[in-house]
Amino acid sequence: MDDLSVNNLLGIKYLNTDDLKLIFKTADNFKEVINRKIKKVPSLRDITIANLFFENSTRTKLSFELAQKRLSADVLNFSSSGSSISKGETLIDTVNNILSMKVDMIVMRHPSPGASVFLSKNIDSCIINAGDGTHEHPTQALLDAYSLQEKIGYLENKNILIVGDIMHSRVALSNIFAYQKLGANVTVCGPKSLIPNYISSLNVKVEIDFKKALNNSDAVNMLRIQNERMSETYFPSIREYVQQYGLTKDILDSIDRKIIVMHPGPINRGVEITSEVADSEQAIILDQVENGVAIRMAVMYLLASKLK
Amino acid sequence: MNLGDMKPKKILGSNEIEIILNRLSYQLIEDFNSFEETVLIGIQPRGANLVKKISGLIDFLNPDNNLKLGFLDITFFRDDFRRSKKVLNASSTQLEFSVENKTVVLVDDVLFTGRSVNSALNAIQSFGRPKAIKLLILIDRRFSRELPIQPDYCGLQVDSRLNQKVIVNCKKYDVYDSVYLINDDNG
Repeated sequence: MDDLSVNNLLGIKYLNTDDLKLIFKTADNFKEVINRKIKKVPSLRDITIANLFFENSTRTKLSFELAQKRLSADVLNFSSSGSSISKGETLIDTVNNILSMKVDMIVMRHPSPGASVFLSKNIDSCIINAGDGTHEHPTQALLDAYSLQEKIGYLENKNILIVGDIMHSRVALSNIFAYQKLGANVTVCGPKSLIPNYISSLNVKVEIDFKKALNNSDAVNMLRIQNERMSETYFPSIREYVQQYGLTKDILDSIDRKIIVMHPGPINRGVEITSEVADSEQAIILDQVENGVAIRMAVMYLLASKLK
Repeated sequence: MNLGDMKPKKILGSNEIEIILNRLSYQLIEDFNSFEETVLIGIQPRGANLVKKISGLIDFLNPDNNLKLGFLDITFFRDDFRRSKKVLNASSTQLEFSVENKTVVLVDDVLFTGRSVNSALNAIQSFGRPKAIKLLILIDRRFSRELPIQPDYCGLQVDSRLNQKVIVNCKKYDVYDSVYLINDDNG
Protein backbone atom coordinates (compact mmCIF):
# COMPACT_ATOMS: atom_id res chain seq x y z
CA MET A 1 0.00 0.00 0.00
CA ASP A 2 2.61 2.54 -0.95
CA ASP A 3 0.72 4.18 -3.78
CA LEU A 4 -2.78 5.64 -4.18
CA SER A 5 -5.17 3.71 -6.43
CA VAL A 6 -6.39 6.95 -8.03
CA ASN A 7 -4.81 9.82 -9.98
CA ASN A 8 -7.39 12.42 -8.86
CA LEU A 9 -9.26 12.99 -5.62
CA LEU A 10 -12.82 13.38 -6.84
CA GLY A 11 -14.63 11.81 -3.91
CA ILE A 12 -14.18 9.33 -1.08
CA LYS A 13 -16.40 6.99 -3.09
CA TYR A 14 -13.51 6.36 -5.48
CA LEU A 15 -10.93 5.54 -2.78
CA ASN A 16 -10.33 2.19 -1.15
CA THR A 17 -9.51 1.47 2.48
CA ASP A 18 -5.78 1.19 1.76
CA ASP A 19 -5.85 4.64 0.16
CA LEU A 20 -7.38 6.08 3.33
CA LYS A 21 -4.76 4.37 5.49
CA LEU A 22 -1.92 5.58 3.28
CA ILE A 23 -3.22 9.16 3.39
CA PHE A 24 -3.50 8.97 7.20
CA LYS A 25 -0.01 7.54 7.57
CA THR A 26 1.44 10.25 5.34
CA ALA A 27 -0.56 12.89 7.25
CA ASP A 28 1.11 11.66 10.47
CA ASN A 29 4.46 12.59 8.95
CA PHE A 30 3.23 15.97 7.76
CA LYS A 31 1.67 16.71 11.13
CA GLU A 32 5.12 16.31 12.62
CA VAL A 33 6.49 18.63 9.92
CA ILE A 34 3.97 21.42 10.57
CA ASN A 35 4.77 21.35 14.26
CA ARG A 36 8.44 22.05 13.60
CA LYS A 37 9.95 25.48 13.99
CA ILE A 38 10.52 25.57 10.24
CA LYS A 39 7.35 24.09 8.81
CA LYS A 40 8.31 23.84 5.18
CA VAL A 41 9.58 20.93 3.09
CA PRO A 42 10.74 21.18 -0.53
CA SER A 43 8.86 18.14 -1.96
CA LEU A 44 6.59 20.01 -4.42
CA ARG A 45 9.00 22.78 -5.37
CA ASP A 46 8.62 22.03 -9.09
CA ILE A 47 4.81 21.81 -9.00
CA THR A 48 2.30 24.58 -9.68
CA ILE A 49 -1.18 24.25 -8.22
CA ALA A 50 -4.21 26.36 -9.10
CA ASN A 51 -6.95 26.80 -6.51
CA LEU A 52 -10.20 27.41 -8.36
CA PHE A 53 -12.95 28.51 -6.04
CA PHE A 54 -16.25 29.00 -7.81
CA GLU A 55 -17.97 29.14 -4.43
CA ASN A 56 -17.17 30.88 -1.14
CA SER A 57 -14.77 29.26 1.29
CA THR A 58 -12.63 30.33 4.22
CA ARG A 59 -11.21 27.27 5.96
CA THR A 60 -10.80 24.97 2.98
CA LYS A 61 -9.19 27.62 0.80
CA LEU A 62 -6.76 28.77 3.50
CA SER A 63 -6.01 25.20 4.49
CA PHE A 64 -5.22 24.13 0.91
CA GLU A 65 -3.11 27.20 0.30
CA LEU A 66 -1.16 26.75 3.51
CA ALA A 67 -0.63 23.06 2.74
CA GLN A 68 0.65 23.96 -0.73
CA LYS A 69 3.03 26.55 0.66
CA ARG A 70 4.30 24.15 3.32
CA LEU A 71 5.12 21.75 0.47
CA SER A 72 6.91 24.55 -1.46
CA ALA A 73 4.49 24.40 -4.40
CA ASP A 74 3.77 27.49 -6.48
CA VAL A 75 0.19 28.59 -5.96
CA LEU A 76 -2.32 30.35 -8.19
CA ASN A 77 -5.57 31.52 -6.63
CA PHE A 78 -8.73 32.05 -8.59
CA SER A 79 -12.17 32.95 -7.39
CA SER A 80 -15.15 33.24 -9.69
CA SER A 81 -16.23 36.68 -8.56
CA GLY A 82 -14.60 39.24 -10.80
CA SER A 83 -13.51 36.59 -13.32
CA SER A 84 -14.41 35.90 -16.93
CA ILE A 85 -16.98 33.35 -15.77
CA SER A 86 -19.41 36.25 -15.62
CA LYS A 87 -18.61 36.94 -19.29
CA GLY A 88 -19.93 33.52 -20.28
CA GLU A 89 -16.77 31.39 -20.40
CA THR A 90 -17.37 27.67 -19.83
CA LEU A 91 -15.74 25.70 -17.02
CA ILE A 92 -13.64 23.61 -19.41
CA ASP A 93 -12.42 26.72 -21.24
CA THR A 94 -11.53 28.46 -17.99
CA VAL A 95 -9.59 25.46 -16.72
CA ASN A 96 -7.86 24.78 -20.04
CA ASN A 97 -6.71 28.39 -20.13
CA ILE A 98 -5.27 28.04 -16.67
CA LEU A 99 -3.59 24.75 -17.60
CA SER A 100 -1.98 26.44 -20.61
CA MET A 101 -0.02 28.44 -18.09
CA LYS A 102 1.71 25.15 -17.15
CA VAL A 103 -0.26 24.32 -14.04
CA ASP A 104 0.19 20.74 -12.75
CA MET A 105 -2.69 20.33 -10.36
CA ILE A 106 -6.17 21.81 -9.91
CA VAL A 107 -7.97 22.18 -6.59
CA MET A 108 -11.57 23.05 -7.31
CA ARG A 109 -14.65 24.03 -5.37
CA HIS A 110 -17.80 24.37 -7.40
CA PRO A 111 -21.51 24.82 -6.61
CA SER A 112 -22.58 22.08 -9.07
CA PRO A 113 -22.57 18.47 -7.86
CA GLY A 114 -20.29 16.37 -10.07
CA ALA A 115 -18.32 19.36 -11.39
CA SER A 116 -14.94 17.81 -10.58
CA VAL A 117 -15.89 14.43 -12.07
CA PHE A 118 -17.07 16.24 -15.21
CA LEU A 119 -13.81 18.17 -15.37
CA SER A 120 -11.69 15.05 -14.90
CA LYS A 121 -13.36 13.49 -17.93
CA ASN A 122 -12.67 16.51 -20.09
CA ILE A 123 -9.21 17.70 -19.17
CA ASP A 124 -5.88 16.01 -18.67
CA SER A 125 -4.69 17.17 -15.27
CA CYS A 126 -4.72 16.09 -11.65
CA ILE A 127 -7.90 17.33 -9.94
CA ILE A 128 -8.69 17.59 -6.25
CA ASN A 129 -12.30 18.15 -5.34
CA ALA A 130 -12.56 20.80 -2.62
CA GLY A 131 -16.34 20.48 -2.49
CA ASP A 132 -18.81 20.14 -5.35
CA GLY A 133 -22.28 21.35 -4.51
CA THR A 134 -24.24 18.86 -2.41
CA HIS A 135 -22.12 15.94 -3.63
CA GLU A 136 -18.72 15.35 -1.95
CA HIS A 137 -16.06 17.13 0.07
CA PRO A 138 -13.40 14.43 0.29
CA THR A 139 -10.61 16.25 2.12
CA GLN A 140 -13.08 17.29 4.84
CA ALA A 141 -14.12 13.68 5.36
CA LEU A 142 -10.48 12.59 5.44
CA LEU A 143 -9.59 15.12 8.10
CA ASP A 144 -12.75 14.30 10.08
CA ALA A 145 -11.97 10.58 10.10
CA TYR A 146 -8.28 11.24 10.80
CA SER A 147 -9.06 13.56 13.72
CA LEU A 148 -11.55 11.12 15.16
CA GLN A 149 -9.15 8.21 14.82
CA GLU A 150 -6.56 10.27 16.65
CA LYS A 151 -8.98 10.59 19.59
CA ILE A 152 -10.69 7.21 19.79
CA GLY A 153 -8.41 4.87 17.86
CA TYR A 154 -9.31 2.75 14.87
CA LEU A 155 -12.86 3.38 13.73
CA GLU A 156 -13.71 -0.25 13.08
CA ASN A 157 -17.06 -1.07 14.70
CA LYS A 158 -17.33 2.42 16.19
CA ASN A 159 -20.73 4.12 16.00
CA ILE A 160 -20.68 7.52 14.39
CA LEU A 161 -23.62 9.87 14.20
CA ILE A 162 -24.08 12.64 11.63
CA VAL A 163 -26.72 15.18 12.55
CA GLY A 164 -28.47 17.94 10.62
CA ASP A 165 -28.93 18.83 7.00
CA ILE A 166 -27.96 15.50 5.47
CA MET A 167 -29.70 16.28 2.20
CA HIS A 168 -27.72 19.38 1.26
CA SER A 169 -24.42 18.54 2.95
CA ARG A 170 -21.50 17.28 0.88
CA VAL A 171 -19.69 16.69 4.16
CA ALA A 172 -22.36 14.17 5.14
CA LEU A 173 -21.98 12.05 2.02
CA SER A 174 -18.17 12.04 2.08
CA ASN A 175 -18.22 11.31 5.81
CA ILE A 176 -20.54 8.35 5.31
CA PHE A 177 -18.24 6.85 2.66
CA ALA A 178 -15.09 7.46 4.71
CA TYR A 179 -16.39 6.02 7.98
CA GLN A 180 -17.86 2.99 6.26
CA LYS A 181 -14.60 2.27 4.42
CA LEU A 182 -12.87 2.35 7.79
CA GLY A 183 -15.35 -0.16 9.20
CA ALA A 184 -17.52 2.14 11.30
CA ASN A 185 -21.31 2.07 11.63
CA VAL A 186 -22.92 5.29 10.52
CA THR A 187 -26.24 6.73 11.68
CA VAL A 188 -27.75 9.91 10.34
CA CYS A 189 -30.19 12.02 12.28
CA GLY A 190 -32.26 15.09 11.41
CA PRO A 191 -35.71 16.19 10.37
CA LYS A 192 -37.23 13.69 7.92
CA SER A 193 -37.44 16.45 5.32
CA LEU A 194 -33.65 16.82 5.39
CA ILE A 195 -32.86 13.10 5.05
CA PRO A 196 -32.51 12.24 1.35
CA ASN A 197 -34.40 9.28 -0.10
CA TYR A 198 -31.23 7.64 -1.42
CA ILE A 199 -29.94 7.19 2.12
CA SER A 200 -31.43 3.69 2.28
CA SER A 201 -29.09 2.62 -0.50
CA LEU A 202 -26.01 3.64 1.53
CA ASN A 203 -26.43 1.10 4.32
CA VAL A 204 -26.84 3.90 6.85
CA LYS A 205 -29.14 3.83 9.86
CA VAL A 206 -31.65 6.65 10.08
CA GLU A 207 -32.76 7.91 13.50
CA ILE A 208 -35.19 10.77 13.97
CA ASP A 209 -34.86 10.91 17.78
CA PHE A 210 -31.69 12.91 18.46
CA LYS A 211 -31.20 11.82 22.09
CA LYS A 212 -31.69 8.18 21.31
CA ALA A 213 -29.19 8.43 18.46
CA LEU A 214 -26.61 10.14 20.68
CA ASN A 215 -26.93 7.44 23.32
CA ASN A 216 -25.66 4.83 20.88
CA SER A 217 -22.77 6.86 19.48
CA ASP A 218 -19.03 7.19 20.05
CA ALA A 219 -18.85 10.44 18.13
CA VAL A 220 -21.19 12.97 16.60
CA ASN A 221 -20.61 15.24 13.63
CA MET A 222 -22.90 18.28 13.82
CA LEU A 223 -23.70 19.80 10.44
CA ARG A 224 -24.81 23.30 9.58
CA ILE A 225 -28.17 24.02 7.98
CA GLN A 226 -27.24 24.86 4.39
CA ASN A 227 -29.67 27.74 3.92
CA GLU A 228 -27.90 28.82 0.74
CA ARG A 229 -28.81 25.53 -0.95
CA MET A 230 -32.49 25.53 0.11
CA SER A 231 -35.03 26.74 -2.36
CA GLU A 232 -37.99 25.84 -0.16
CA THR A 233 -38.82 25.46 3.53
CA TYR A 234 -37.74 22.13 5.02
CA PHE A 235 -38.72 22.70 8.66
CA PRO A 236 -41.14 25.07 10.41
CA SER A 237 -38.60 27.36 12.08
CA ILE A 238 -34.98 27.57 13.20
CA ARG A 239 -36.29 27.71 16.78
CA GLU A 240 -38.05 24.38 16.39
CA TYR A 241 -35.00 22.86 14.71
CA VAL A 242 -32.77 24.00 17.58
CA GLN A 243 -35.16 22.48 20.12
CA GLN A 244 -35.08 19.11 18.43
CA TYR A 245 -31.58 18.87 16.95
CA GLY A 246 -29.42 21.51 18.63
CA LEU A 247 -26.58 20.02 20.69
CA THR A 248 -26.47 21.56 24.17
CA LYS A 249 -24.42 20.88 27.27
CA ASP A 250 -27.53 19.52 29.03
CA ILE A 251 -28.05 16.92 26.33
CA LEU A 252 -24.38 15.91 26.35
CA ASP A 253 -24.44 15.60 30.16
CA SER A 254 -27.57 13.48 30.05
CA ILE A 255 -25.77 10.81 28.02
CA ASP A 256 -23.97 8.17 30.05
CA ARG A 257 -20.86 8.18 27.82
CA LYS A 258 -18.40 10.84 26.76
CA ILE A 259 -18.80 11.25 23.06
CA ILE A 260 -16.55 13.21 20.75
CA VAL A 261 -18.14 16.26 19.14
CA MET A 262 -17.09 17.32 15.65
CA HIS A 263 -18.14 20.16 13.37
CA PRO A 264 -16.81 20.88 9.88
CA GLY A 265 -17.40 24.64 10.25
CA PRO A 266 -18.56 27.27 9.81
CA ILE A 267 -20.42 26.98 13.09
CA ASN A 268 -23.75 28.65 13.63
CA ARG A 269 -23.41 29.02 17.38
CA GLY A 270 -26.72 28.60 19.13
CA VAL A 271 -28.27 26.74 16.20
CA GLU A 272 -26.84 23.24 15.63
CA ILE A 273 -24.41 23.55 18.55
CA THR A 274 -24.19 25.86 21.58
CA SER A 275 -21.04 27.82 22.36
CA GLU A 276 -20.64 25.86 25.56
CA VAL A 277 -20.42 22.59 23.63
CA ALA A 278 -18.34 23.97 20.76
CA ASP A 279 -15.73 25.24 23.23
CA SER A 280 -15.86 22.18 25.52
CA GLU A 281 -13.22 19.51 25.96
CA GLN A 282 -15.35 17.01 24.10
CA ALA A 283 -15.25 19.11 20.93
CA ILE A 284 -12.32 18.53 18.56
CA ILE A 285 -13.29 21.28 16.12
CA LEU A 286 -9.92 23.05 16.19
CA ASP A 287 -8.03 19.74 16.00
CA GLN A 288 -9.97 19.11 12.80
CA VAL A 289 -8.73 22.42 11.39
CA GLU A 290 -5.11 21.69 12.34
CA ASN A 291 -5.29 18.21 10.87
CA GLY A 292 -6.83 19.66 7.71
CA VAL A 293 -3.48 21.10 6.69
CA ALA A 294 -1.64 17.80 7.30
CA ILE A 295 -4.28 15.79 5.43
CA ARG A 296 -4.21 18.14 2.44
CA MET A 297 -0.41 18.04 2.38
CA ALA A 298 -0.61 14.25 2.35
CA VAL A 299 -3.19 14.18 -0.46
CA MET A 300 -1.24 16.60 -2.65
CA TYR A 301 2.09 14.88 -1.95
CA LEU A 302 0.71 11.46 -2.86
CA LEU A 303 -1.09 12.71 -5.98
CA ALA A 304 1.92 14.76 -7.09
CA SER A 305 4.08 11.65 -6.95
CA LYS A 306 1.82 10.18 -9.65
CA LEU A 307 2.12 13.15 -12.01
CA LYS A 308 3.90 12.35 -15.24
CA MET B 1 16.22 -11.11 2.32
CA ASN B 2 16.12 -13.57 -0.52
CA LEU B 3 19.53 -13.40 -2.11
CA GLY B 4 18.53 -15.99 -4.70
CA ASP B 5 21.08 -16.57 -7.44
CA MET B 6 22.63 -13.12 -7.20
CA LYS B 7 25.88 -14.67 -6.00
CA PRO B 8 26.23 -12.51 -2.94
CA LYS B 9 29.68 -11.76 -1.62
CA LYS B 10 29.97 -11.55 2.14
CA ILE B 11 31.99 -8.49 3.08
CA LEU B 12 31.58 -8.57 6.84
CA GLY B 13 30.40 -11.05 9.44
CA SER B 14 28.86 -10.26 12.81
CA ASN B 15 32.18 -10.35 14.73
CA GLU B 16 33.86 -8.00 12.30
CA ILE B 17 30.90 -5.61 12.42
CA GLU B 18 31.04 -5.65 16.21
CA ILE B 19 34.74 -4.75 16.16
CA ILE B 20 34.15 -1.93 13.68
CA LEU B 21 31.24 -0.50 15.66
CA ASN B 22 33.32 -0.62 18.84
CA ARG B 23 36.10 1.24 17.08
CA LEU B 24 33.66 3.89 15.79
CA SER B 25 32.19 4.28 19.28
CA TYR B 26 35.66 4.76 20.79
CA GLN B 27 36.43 7.37 18.12
CA LEU B 28 33.26 9.27 19.01
CA ILE B 29 34.05 9.09 22.74
CA GLU B 30 37.58 10.29 22.04
CA ASP B 31 36.32 13.27 20.03
CA PHE B 32 33.23 14.22 22.03
CA ASN B 33 33.95 12.96 25.54
CA SER B 34 30.67 13.17 27.47
CA PHE B 35 28.57 14.31 24.49
CA GLU B 36 27.56 17.49 26.30
CA GLU B 37 27.40 19.48 23.06
CA THR B 38 27.03 16.62 20.60
CA VAL B 39 23.95 14.76 19.35
CA LEU B 40 23.74 11.58 17.31
CA ILE B 41 21.08 11.52 14.60
CA GLY B 42 20.27 8.42 12.58
CA ILE B 43 18.98 8.90 9.04
CA GLN B 44 15.74 6.96 8.63
CA PRO B 45 15.16 4.18 8.03
CA ARG B 46 18.42 2.24 8.28
CA GLY B 47 20.54 4.78 10.10
CA ALA B 48 18.05 4.56 12.97
CA ASN B 49 19.07 1.04 13.96
CA LEU B 50 22.73 1.84 13.60
CA VAL B 51 22.53 4.94 15.79
CA LYS B 52 20.71 2.94 18.48
CA LYS B 53 23.38 0.26 18.35
CA ILE B 54 26.19 2.82 18.59
CA SER B 55 24.57 4.71 21.44
CA GLY B 56 24.22 1.39 23.28
CA LEU B 57 27.95 0.75 22.83
CA ILE B 58 28.81 4.27 23.97
CA ASP B 59 26.64 3.81 27.07
CA PHE B 60 28.49 0.57 27.80
CA LEU B 61 31.98 1.95 27.17
CA ASN B 62 31.43 5.31 28.80
CA PRO B 63 28.37 5.16 31.08
CA ASP B 64 28.76 8.72 32.31
CA ASN B 65 27.56 10.54 29.21
CA ASN B 66 24.82 12.98 28.17
CA LEU B 67 24.28 11.48 24.77
CA LYS B 68 21.11 12.53 23.00
CA LEU B 69 19.68 10.43 20.18
CA GLY B 70 17.45 11.44 17.33
CA PHE B 71 15.99 10.00 14.14
CA LEU B 72 15.66 12.09 11.02
CA ASP B 73 13.37 11.27 8.12
CA ILE B 74 14.55 12.82 4.86
CA THR B 75 11.75 11.67 2.53
CA PHE B 76 10.25 15.11 1.96
CA PHE B 77 13.70 16.57 1.28
CA ARG B 78 14.83 14.00 -1.26
CA ASP B 79 15.73 15.20 -4.74
CA ASP B 80 14.31 12.16 -6.53
CA PHE B 81 10.62 12.81 -5.74
CA ARG B 82 8.65 12.09 -8.95
CA ARG B 83 11.85 10.77 -10.50
CA SER B 84 12.03 7.41 -8.79
CA LYS B 85 9.85 4.51 -9.89
CA LYS B 86 8.01 4.14 -6.60
CA VAL B 87 6.30 6.56 -4.25
CA LEU B 88 8.60 7.70 -1.46
CA ASN B 89 6.95 6.76 1.82
CA ALA B 90 8.11 8.55 4.92
CA SER B 91 9.28 7.21 8.27
CA SER B 92 9.02 9.22 11.47
CA THR B 93 11.29 12.01 12.61
CA GLN B 94 11.99 12.06 16.33
CA LEU B 95 14.12 14.95 17.48
CA GLU B 96 13.18 15.96 21.01
CA PHE B 97 15.90 18.61 21.17
CA SER B 98 17.16 21.62 19.25
CA VAL B 99 20.34 21.18 17.23
CA GLU B 100 21.15 24.88 17.58
CA ASN B 101 24.88 25.25 18.27
CA LYS B 102 25.33 21.51 18.76
CA THR B 103 27.67 19.24 16.88
CA VAL B 104 25.47 16.82 14.97
CA VAL B 105 26.80 13.41 14.01
CA LEU B 106 24.66 12.03 11.19
CA VAL B 107 24.62 8.24 11.12
CA ASP B 108 23.73 5.97 8.21
CA ASP B 109 24.61 2.43 7.21
CA VAL B 110 25.77 2.89 3.61
CA LEU B 111 27.16 5.95 1.82
CA PHE B 112 26.72 5.63 -1.94
CA THR B 113 25.91 8.64 -4.16
CA GLY B 114 25.78 11.07 -1.24
CA ARG B 115 22.27 12.23 -2.15
CA SER B 116 20.63 10.93 1.05
CA VAL B 117 23.20 12.71 3.14
CA ASN B 118 22.66 15.86 1.09
CA SER B 119 18.92 15.61 1.82
CA ALA B 120 19.69 15.08 5.50
CA LEU B 121 21.87 18.21 5.52
CA ASN B 122 18.89 20.15 4.14
CA ALA B 123 16.38 18.50 6.48
CA ILE B 124 18.39 19.12 9.63
CA GLN B 125 18.19 22.86 9.05
CA SER B 126 14.50 22.77 10.02
CA PHE B 127 15.60 22.02 13.55
CA GLY B 128 18.11 24.84 14.04
CA ARG B 129 21.63 25.80 12.98
CA PRO B 130 24.13 23.23 14.20
CA LYS B 131 27.65 24.28 15.12
CA ALA B 132 29.02 21.51 12.93
CA ILE B 133 27.79 18.39 11.19
CA LYS B 134 29.83 15.18 11.01
CA LEU B 135 29.05 11.99 9.14
CA LEU B 136 29.40 8.45 10.43
CA ILE B 137 28.99 5.61 7.96
CA LEU B 138 29.29 1.84 8.36
CA ILE B 139 30.04 1.10 4.68
CA ASP B 140 31.47 3.69 2.32
CA ARG B 141 31.03 2.76 -1.35
CA ARG B 142 33.86 4.98 -2.47
CA PHE B 143 34.32 6.11 -6.09
CA SER B 144 30.51 6.21 -6.59
CA ARG B 145 29.79 9.66 -5.21
CA GLU B 146 27.63 12.09 -7.19
CA LEU B 147 28.08 14.92 -4.69
CA PRO B 148 31.14 16.19 -2.79
CA ILE B 149 30.29 14.40 0.46
CA GLN B 150 32.74 12.28 2.48
CA PRO B 151 32.40 10.52 5.84
CA ASP B 152 34.23 11.69 8.97
CA TYR B 153 33.89 8.29 10.62
CA CYS B 154 33.94 5.26 8.39
CA GLY B 155 33.51 1.58 9.19
CA LEU B 156 34.77 0.05 5.97
CA GLN B 157 35.47 1.31 2.48
CA VAL B 158 34.16 -0.91 -0.30
CA ASP B 159 34.84 -0.81 -4.00
CA SER B 160 31.70 -1.70 -5.92
CA ARG B 161 30.15 -1.34 -9.32
CA LEU B 162 27.05 0.78 -9.93
CA ASN B 163 24.88 -2.27 -10.61
CA GLN B 164 25.79 -3.79 -7.25
CA LYS B 165 24.04 -3.29 -3.95
CA VAL B 166 25.35 -3.37 -0.39
CA ILE B 167 22.97 -5.16 1.96
CA VAL B 168 23.42 -4.66 5.68
CA ASN B 169 21.56 -7.40 7.51
CA CYS B 170 20.32 -6.41 10.91
CA LYS B 171 18.14 -8.91 12.75
CA LYS B 172 17.10 -6.81 15.68
CA TYR B 173 18.05 -3.20 16.04
CA ASP B 174 21.20 -4.08 17.95
CA VAL B 175 22.18 -7.35 16.31
CA TYR B 176 24.13 -6.89 13.11
CA ASP B 177 24.53 -10.14 11.21
CA SER B 178 26.44 -9.48 8.06
CA VAL B 179 27.14 -7.17 5.16
CA TYR B 180 26.80 -8.52 1.62
CA LEU B 181 27.64 -7.18 -1.80
CA ILE B 182 25.14 -8.40 -4.39
CA ASN B 183 24.56 -7.94 -8.09
CA ASP B 184 21.37 -5.98 -8.62
CA ASP B 185 20.70 -6.05 -12.34
CA ASN B 186 17.06 -5.04 -11.84
CA GLY B 187 17.99 -1.97 -9.87
